[in-house]
Amino acid sequence: MELAYSEQYRALQGEVRAFIAKYGHLSPKPGGGRQRPSKKALDWQKLLLEHGYFARNIPAEYGGFGLPLDVLELAVIAEEIAKGGVYPGIMNQGISMLVPTLLEVGTKEQCAQWIERTIRGEVIWCQGYSEPESGSDLAAARTKADVVDGHFVINGQKIWTSSAHYSDMMFLLCRTEPDQPKHKGLSYLLVPMNAPGIEVRPLVTMTGRATFNETFFTNVRVPTDQIVMGRGEGWHVANVTLKYERLLLGDANRLSARLARIRELMERTNLDGQRVMDIPEYRDRLMRLQGEVMASKYHGLRLLTEQARGEDSGLKRLIVKYNGTLLGYRLSSLAVDVLGAAGLAYDAKDEAAETDEATAWHIDNMYDIGLMIGGGSTNIQKNIIAERGLGLPREPKTAPATRS
Amino acid sequence: MDFALSEEQKMLEASLRGFLADRLPMGRRRAIAAAGSGHDAELWTGLVAQGLAGLIIPERHGGAGLGILDAAVAAECLGYHAVPGPFAASVVMASLALQASGTEAQQAAWLPKIASGEVRIAVGFASPVGQTGIAKVALEGTRLSGRVQSAIDGGGATHVLVFLETGQPALAAVDAKGVRATLLASLDRTRPLLDVSLEGAPAIVLSAANDALAARTRVLDAGRVMLAADTLGAAQSMLDQAVAFAKERVQFGRPIGSFQAVKHTLADLATTLEPCRALVWFAAHAQDALPDEARVSALQAKAHLDDVGREVARLATEVHGGMGFTDLQGLHYWWKRIDTNRQLLGTPERCRHEAALVQGWISS
Repeated sequence: MELAYSEQYRALQGEVRAFIAKYGHLSPKPGGGRQRPSKKALDWQKLLLEHGYFARNIPAEYGGFGLPLDVLELAVIAEEIAKGGVYPGIMNQGISMLVPTLLEVGTKEQCAQWIERTIRGEVIWCQGYSEPESGSDLAAARTKADVVDGHFVINGQKIWTSSAHYSDMMFLLCRTEPDQPKHKGLSYLLVPMNAPGIEVRPLVTMTGRATFNETFFTNVRVPTDQIVMGRGEGWHVANVTLKYERLLLGDANRLSARLARIRELMERTNLDGQRVMDIPEYRDRLMRLQGEVMASKYHGLRLLTEQARGEDSGLKRLIVKYNGTLLGYRLSSLAVDVLGAAGLAYDAKDEAAETDEATAWHIDNMYDIGLMIGGGSTNIQKNIIAERGLGLPREPKTAPATRS
Repeated sequence: MDFALSEEQKMLEASLRGFLADRLPMGRRRAIAAAGSGHDAELWTGLVAQGLAGLIIPERHGGAGLGILDAAVAAECLGYHAVPGPFAASVVMASLALQASGTEAQQAAWLPKIASGEVRIAVGFASPVGQTGIAKVALEGTRLSGRVQSAIDGGGATHVLVFLETGQPALAAVDAKGVRATLLASLDRTRPLLDVSLEGAPAIVLSAANDALAARTRVLDAGRVMLAADTLGAAQSMLDQAVAFAKERVQFGRPIGSFQAVKHTLADLATTLEPCRALVWFAAHAQDALPDEARVSALQAKAHLDDVGREVARLATEVHGGMGFTDLQGLHYWWKRIDTNRQLLGTPERCRHEAALVQGWISS
């Protein structure tokens, strides 16, 4: 057990701090991300890429910094950027999900065509997975693509497509082999969002905002070479992508920062003339959550160590998404309770609303439910933890393969 | 940065697990519990030979010279196997108290005897530590009078160490004149508590610490980490037993573990329990190496493990159905262990209150 960083990492710490001291004033405000990156964000992204504080391990030929993976270096950079209060770089589904997927299973040509422009924030991607009739049962996707003169011709509907209204491209899971069993009939296509026949309709969420969409496909034509791996291999590719998504959703730094904000809120909020912090029932809730946040944080360090050693973390990694999203929800619920009646004024129509503390907490609290549902819902996570982590038997199969 | 057990710590764990799996089958645990003495000479001799008794005692006094994290690894093993016998108080807290508050001569006189397993010391507090019961002892000269109702590690205790209100520990032999030490028929029969009444009992007061209260707090927090580690092991054992049972038990023509009601319950338990291991490791490491983090992490580890332990105990028992409720299955040994740890050295509610005080979030 050694919690201090060795000389090599302390040197990197100093390097990142110096970078922030020199360039920090050019950083956009952290947060946001529900619109196309601004000019300021694109320029900052370029600086991060040049210094290797973004896409550090992506090959230089694809626009990255080209260093071998060292998770401790990534942890040091993330910590210093969080401490410095600067923007960590553009984070979207193209960067966090499609890029690692192409690196793992894409061709050289596909990597060369897409990765650099994606990590620079110039090409924005959305994810075409869920459908009205296939959510948790993703492999039952019905959106189909028939091959006609060298093109896939796509017809169907996707749902929950975050950011589709401003995206350039979609990675799409659809059925190309209707005669094959459910999991073997899917392909993973790369589709330009400006192709004729695509219609994007905004879907308003419980927060009152339209952050995601329904996307309709009517005879949308895409050349047959716009496929990752081969026909019928889409399920494998989709699972590679999901693996990267779930790693995003249980960040312990975020939970610790939230806890600190709630503590501060409890110290300055009064209820019946008493500081909320001085009311034992509320304080005990905070203290319980502190214990859980600490457990999650050190669990994260344990996983980081195992990852650095190339060990397989098994169950320990499978629990991260469920644990982190539930804890995040319980934290924002406490914040909402501390704000109480005075925090009920709510008008979330535009980004400006997020400068209102109570509105922002209510949005977070509702968004946390979305995080528990998206990226493999909590109930699906529990199946995965129980079956892959604990080795419990699978549910007997009753549903027949879907054919369209 | 390396957040993991060392190779030596993993070997300690493997060696203890192997020994206990071999020497402590359910029948043996049951027999020792039925005897109610909380001490079995043969098992204890074996554990001493494993180096358990001298784990944190310096090598010059006959111990292994290891730290609190090593002791937490051992405590998790003892909890996992619901081991009848003293450890948290007798081995860890008493050794620490002697090292923190004993003179060199007192250390040389007592530590080797603890390391050899010959002296076993129950520990009680005559000042508020967050547990209920009578705890009042006065010192006149070198004589103690008063009562400590629930001293920890009563099983096979040869001595009792009482922390006075000043923070100084005082050591008395259980068979000395003026000492009446009664082993309680406790909820956890494998680790009975000791009710100690003192009437002018001769004692050795350990007063070499510069700050007696601070020294007492370090011992108390180390004890809390040991109980948290013990609960971690006990809860892990209950979860493992429930998972194994769910794979074997067939109802409606299927193993019950294939039903989502059962599957999801077990997934919930694994999800709350697994991060506790990192919390216990951190808290233990903080006692050794991170003084600024030592207090809060010990308090939070104790409180969090008490709560998670209780939840695991309930649901793991429920998964076993009627068998879980029987004496035959024996799950209750772990249940009672977890419940006992919860009530000792600070209930979770009191630990969280103290953690808020320590961080200056409220004023006393």
